[in-house]
Amino acid sequence: MRFYEYEAKALFARHGLPMGASRVVESAAAAREAFDAIGGPCVLKGQVLSGGRMKAGAVKFADTADEAAAHFDAIMPVEVKGQKSRSVLVESKSEIVQEYFAAVTWDGRAKRPVLVFSDMGGIDIEEVAETHPDHVSKTHFSSILPLSPRVAKEAIGATGVTGSDLNRLTPIIFELMQLFLRYDLTLAEINPIGKLADGRFIVLDGHIDLEAEARGIHKELLDELGIGDDETRQARPPTEFEIAGARVNAVDHRGVAGNVVEFDGNLGLVIGAGGGSLTLFDAVRKHGGKPANYCEIGGNPSVSKARELTKLILGKPGVERIAVMMNVVSNTRVDIVARGVVSGCIESGKDPAEAIAIFRIPGAWEDEGFKILEKYGVEYCDRSVSMYEAAGRAVAKMGAGS
Amino acid sequence: MSILISKDTRFIVQGITGREAINLTRENLDYGSKIVGGVTPGRAGRDVYGVPVYDCVRDIVKAHGAVDGSIVCVPPRFTQDAVFEALENEVKLIVVVTENVPRREVAQMVELAELRGARIIGPNCLGMISPDEAKMGGIGGPAANTRQAYTPGNIGVMSRSGGMTTEIASTLTNAGLGQSTAVSIGGDAIIGSSYAELMPLFEADPDTKAIAIYSEPGGRMEAELADWIRTNKSRLPVVAFMAGRFMDEMQGMRFGHAGTIVEGVEDTTAEKIKRMEAAGISVAERIEEIPELLRKRLAEVN
Repeated sequence: MRFYEYEAKALFARHGLPMGASRVVESAAAAREAFDAIGGPCVLKGQVLSGGRMKAGAVKFADTADEAAAHFDAIMPVEVKGQKSRSVLVESKSEIVQEYFAAVTWDGRAKRPVLVFSDMGGIDIEEVAETHPDHVSKTHFSSILPLSPRVAKEAIGATGVTGSDLNRLTPIIFELMQLFLRYDLTLAEINPIGKLADGRFIVLDGHIDLEAEARGIHKELLDELGIGDDETRQARPPTEFEIAGARVNAVDHRGVAGNVVEFDGNLGLVIGAGGGSLTLFDAVRKHGGKPANYCEIGGNPSVSKARELTKLILGKPGVERIAVMMNVVSNTRVDIVARGVVSGCIESGKDPAEAIAIFRIPGAWEDEGFKILEKYGVEYCDRSVSMYEAAGRAVAKMGAGS
Repeated sequence: MSILISKDTRFIVQGITGREAINLTRENLDYGSKIVGGVTPGRAGRDVYGVPVYDCVRDIVKAHGAVDGSIVCVPPRFTQDAVFEALENEVKLIVVVTENVPRREVAQMVELAELRGARIIGPNCLGMISPDEAKMGGIGGPAANTRQAYTPGNIGVMSRSGGMTTEIASTLTNAGLGQSTAVSIGGDAIIGSSYAELMPLFEADPDTKAIAIYSEPGGRMEAELADWIRTNKSRLPVVAFMAGRFMDEMQGMRFGHAGTIVEGVEDTTAEKIKRMEAAGISVAERIEEIPELLRKRLAEVN
């Protein structure tokens, strides 16, 4: 989950990284006040989670308090890749003589953290790596041995940086490495780090991603930053439907019936598990079907979870039918899912035989499951019908019905 | 022959008194696996389907001698400690079932395993099976269901999805193609054993004649496999199924497993398919195409 720039900087500040004076503001009047408090030329930056702010017009420079107020009003309506700013960061503008890049991330192939450093910051690092490979270093380091600043020193030195620049940059980069591991980050990036005319370095912009799985471990930090449990911080904010899906899954701890993502089609999907859902979603689209949602069931969810998920999806405006499909299941019981979806249909006031386009979940307890489906006249199939074929049958029914 | 496990593999279950662990213990015993003991701190002296429970791995080793492997099936916040415990008691093969373990902890487990000369499968996996020999983990479910889906033969299976491991094996079985060993490698961004890291084992197994894999968006594991095949001039034809093609247009959204997210071009299915095909891997668009593609590739080899 991504942090806003001001949140990343709050974390940096906690650990003493050098930065210009700044303030987060939510009104033009507050922007004016912030300018006066900082006292001098400022940069105003819209707080959005996506990149490309400068290009979109969400970053502006102010030489007066009036300008700062006007810029606030100009920045707030700007959409950066579909998202508007939630606030504006007013920060003192510094004269920079050179920009640097530093990031720590996981290398899944090496299974180690990797420190990427460049003395050509501020621009796209991938591009620098291609055009000036000798100006980018990649240094892996251990996640179990005690961290040591020499890794930072070597990474910086590898790009040709030496003298007092090397000695002043090393503690900043070392701190970034420590932050990365301490807070279970998946990305800790400073871009750019600016060198001032007097030889000091400051952090100009930062990018932090915290691993979703580690939210519980770092609850204190998240509370301090005011990041609520319901903020998913994905590429787009969750919809009402998706939030309701998360609520269904949180009802009890048995199995999974959630990870709901909203789409705008007419065929509701009750699908699973992790890999099976990806496979089935592709299959429905390949047949020309229009999914109303993505979701995942698995890990043997309770009857009530399957029922509530079914009700949620059937209740979504525009949904005509649902398809209930999974790969051959091992630990999820077919009969439990069957019972859940059938009662979900009934509680939604629908005939399961009509509402369920197809039920394709083969595996553990399938005979018991198929018996339930037969009783309610629901079309089902076993493993002799492939996932792709089952998706095709569901899509064909939609054509006939509409 | 098979890789990683056989009917002689003696293993333990850490967290054996948990709901999921009790199930998989029974299913593994029913299938013929040798489970010598289980661990749940504070529950020493009990038993689970006849498997004695101890407070720590050390006590099992003391009572029963060295063990070959362990299934770690404990909640996320205890997982790293359980794996460290197994490693420090010289267990060399560890299946980590647990989902939602943060990457830092996984990387640390994997790094210690490397130092100890041990192998980790998972996390977030269902383990593995050498059909009619033994299985280690929840793979295939109850023994009767497992026998229905998995049959002995010459295809090695590797999958980032536990459920799809069984779907693929079941499809192979229905088409008359048995499996040497099927491994659910786990769905996380960092895992103990990637496709490329298991390839040398299959390569050295005379009974494995071809490989089927399930792959999905996110990460560099498919590129790593393609590189491995090219560098080592593998004798094994590989057929891959690629799921999650719809995600190529949905950057930054997470679907499926923790490791499945498109953050750059290299994470997309289009790019992965391109790289795999360039290395001679046949890519299936539907699961049911896998047996036919395998037969075709096997015929070319012979």
